Amino acid sequence: MNEVDPKACPITANHIKVALVGQPNVGKSMLINSISNAHLHVGNFSGVTVDKTEVLFDYEEYSFTVIDLPGTYAFTDYTIEERVTHDYLCAEDYDIIINVVDSTNLEKNLQLTSELLTMSKKVVIALNMSDEALKEKITINAKYMSELIGVPCVQVSAVTKEGIGELIEAVIKKHENVRNKPKLFFSEPVEEEIAQIVWYLDKHKFESANTHRNIAINLLKNNKKTYATLHDEPIWTELQPILIEASQHIELHHDSDDIKEAFAEEYAAFNRGIVAEVVKQGMKSVKRTTTEKIDSVLIHPVAGIPIFLFFMWSLFQLTFEVGAIPMEYIDSFFIWFGETLGATISNDDIRSLIVDGIIAGVGAVLLFVPNIIILFIGIALLESTGYMSRVAFLLDGFFHKFGLHGQSFIPLVTGFGCSIPAYMSARILKNDRDRLLTLFIIGFMSCGARLPVYVLFAGAFFSPEMAGNILFLIYISGALLGLAAAKLLKLTAFKGLDEPFVMEMPKYRLPSVKLICHTVLTKTMMYLKKAGTYIAAASMLIWFLSNYPHNLVLEESYASMISKTDKEDVKSKLKYELDEALLEASYLGRIGKFSEPLFAPLGFDWKMSVALQTGLAAKEVVVSTLGVLYSLGGDVDEGSSSLMGAISKNISLASAIAFIVVIMIYLPCLAASVVFTREAGHIKYFFYLFAFTSITAYVMAFFAYNIALFFT
Amino acid sequence: MKTLLDCNKTCVVKVIKLNTKGDLKQRLISFGIMKEAVLEVLEHAPGKSTIEIKVGKMRIALRAQEAELIEVQKI
Ligand SMILES: Nc1nc2c(ncn2[C@@H]2O[C@H](COP(=O)(O)OP(=O)(O)O)[C@@H](O)[C@H]2O)c(=O)[nH]1
Ligand SMILES: [Mg+2]
Repeated sequence: MNEVDPKACPITANHIKVALVGQPNVGKSMLINSISNAHLHVGNFSGVTVDKTEVLFDYEEYSFTVIDLPGTYAFTDYTIEERVTHDYLCAEDYDIIINVVDSTNLEKNLQLTSELLTMSKKVVIALNMSDEALKEKITINAKYMSELIGVPCVQVSAVTKEGIGELIEAVIKKHENVRNKPKLFFSEPVEEEIAQIVWYLDKHKFESANTHRNIAINLLKNNKKTYATLHDEPIWTELQPILIEASQHIELHHDSDDIKEAFAEEYAAFNRGIVAEVVKQGMKSVKRTTTEKIDSVLIHPVAGIPIFLFFMWSLFQLTFEVGAIPMEYIDSFFIWFGETLGATISNDDIRSLIVDGIIAGVGAVLLFVPNIIILFIGIALLESTGYMSRVAFLLDGFFHKFGLHGQSFIPLVTGFGCSIPAYMSARILKNDRDRLLTLFIIGFMSCGARLPVYVLFAGAFFSPEMAGNILFLIYISGALLGLAAAKLLKLTAFKGLDEPFVMEMPKYRLPSVKLICHTVLTKTMMYLKKAGTYIAAASMLIWFLSNYPHNLVLEESYASMISKTDKEDVKSKLKYELDEALLEASYLGRIGKFSEPLFAPLGFDWKMSVALQTGLAAKEVVVSTLGVLYSLGGDVDEGSSSLMGAISKNISLASAIAFIVVIMIYLPCLAASVVFTREAGHIKYFFYLFAFTSITAYVMAFFAYNIALFFT
Repeated sequence: MKTLLDCNKTCVVKVIKLNTKGDLKQRLISFGIMKEAVLEVLEHAPGKSTIEIKVGKMRIALRAQEAELIEVQKI
């Protein structure tokens, strides 16, 4: 990507601002990526891109700004993401539209195209997925199509990068030329009505940027914005009766009382005509497509859900089993690294800051990179194969019982990776109530950052064979808890009618290794970056808070006790006591001690209480806090110096379970909370969320603790 | 009156009328579900709560409540 600040973008004669418009899942984002080396998120389902993104790049002597807009099926404001696109196209300033269409399903895609053609903007059509069309033996005569609709059409493939050069050339050429005159024709009765309005506008020499023909069409289509602009014109009084009569004629002709429906039929007829002219389907395809064959297994009414659960289970099994292999090496590396580096530093405080603070904190977080990578691969596969929409389909009935929308599944699954994009992708839900409900539930889907905590505790208390199942159990129970919470909220706070569920099921696609690697790499780099900056800083802070103030009285009294004895074991015992006492006297220890009574009913000691509080900043910090606290504290005796060992030694199983329950339920992190507040639209929702999750977490952990105590 | 919900798997039907208004109607139309369109029922989710249909080349999932609003005729 070109690293230019969008605001500093030079508006010169050679600058072309392109709006990329198309239906969902036609490859808009991927097309930008292949034109410009940008790294936009690509996935095989509707609703990947939910906000507009600008990408800048240079081509020969031109500089381009391309705006990737959320996909939209038609020119409506059905969902928030569609509103983003609609508003952009109507209100913003841009030079040209690239309308991306799916060559393998031209007729449906042209539905949007024909609406774009009445905008009086320069348009170039990118017939994307031409590689897939070739495989399906679909040929499109792009040249003939350009002539028929009066707009340049270029065959491209975002995957093979075929035709990308031609597309840019076509855009430049169109940009230099005068506005095109799209040839969009309607049935005779409609054309007559249009002609009459055009004649009227011509007669009054009505001035506007749009052509009179387009104004007429938009008026007949009941386009609100066109109405609004004409409403204040003097000609309106005379125009209105003509319009009403014209609309009646058209409705009569279409035997419908809905002018929009009538126009949709007009467009459909026009599109059918175009498709009949330019598309050739070689040898009528076999009875069932590959997608349908796969679907007959994966969304089978009986087998579908068990298959899905099996996939999930396998993912967590893999996460633990494969993730555990490099873990030992990483762990011993950081211990070695800490010791080696520590030996070279003479100042006690600095050594402790580096070894017990930064290395212990960051090392504890980096330990889980392998697990995170596997989880990300799983999510990337789910997103890019097309399976995501199938699961939404399978679970819709189930979700619906809990008051959630089937499409909520998409933000919820995204939530297993990270809550922030999940909050964003809730925009695909049309209804504000459904959206808010989903926003409240997303936190229950344990995000990638919580995985380290789970792996740490599952590994500390269970054998490797069981740990994978425990992970699966944690995730599933988190999700089920989320559903129960949804039901509760639906019955109380978010009462109301259900939103309709109409969702496209994309065809299955074999994701390219490159795409998967790319997605996973981007996310992993983000995790690493976070560990190197945010988590390292937090670890330093925690180290500071747990080392200061120095309690000299304590140190001296122990020092004299230690010097009085010469027995080695008593000495080390006293040292251990001193370390613990110092830690408890530190700022962090005081906070922990202060809040300990609050968490005592859940069986947490003050270190765990502190870790939960620092975890409000980010869940990785829970692990790094524990890492710092246990490496500073009394864990000096023989045996494992690893965090996992320290945990299994110092924490009871019941407390550990309660701890996991709290982690599962309470607020994801600071950054996610900010995004939540923005997406929910009001700060009050954040306080609701905070109260709701904290109380639920506390109550559930209390029960979990006591039940576990009873059994152990 | 027969609706899409009454159709069994692999049933091929033609849309007669959309018994709905406003946003949902627009949505259905933008998915190509409009008068005269030919639909094929592909699959029912457990409990027939959600159905998968095919319109042209596109597969669409609808909930039973929505399917009930689509009046169809066997062809
Ligand atoms: N075979 C093929 N697949 C493509 C092409 N362009 C995009 N895709 C796939 O189509 C899906 C949707 O792509 P995306 O860029 O997210 O679509 P958007 O929603 O329009 O931005 C992804 O699975 C892509 O891998 C193409 O030219 N050929
Ligand atoms: Mg996109």
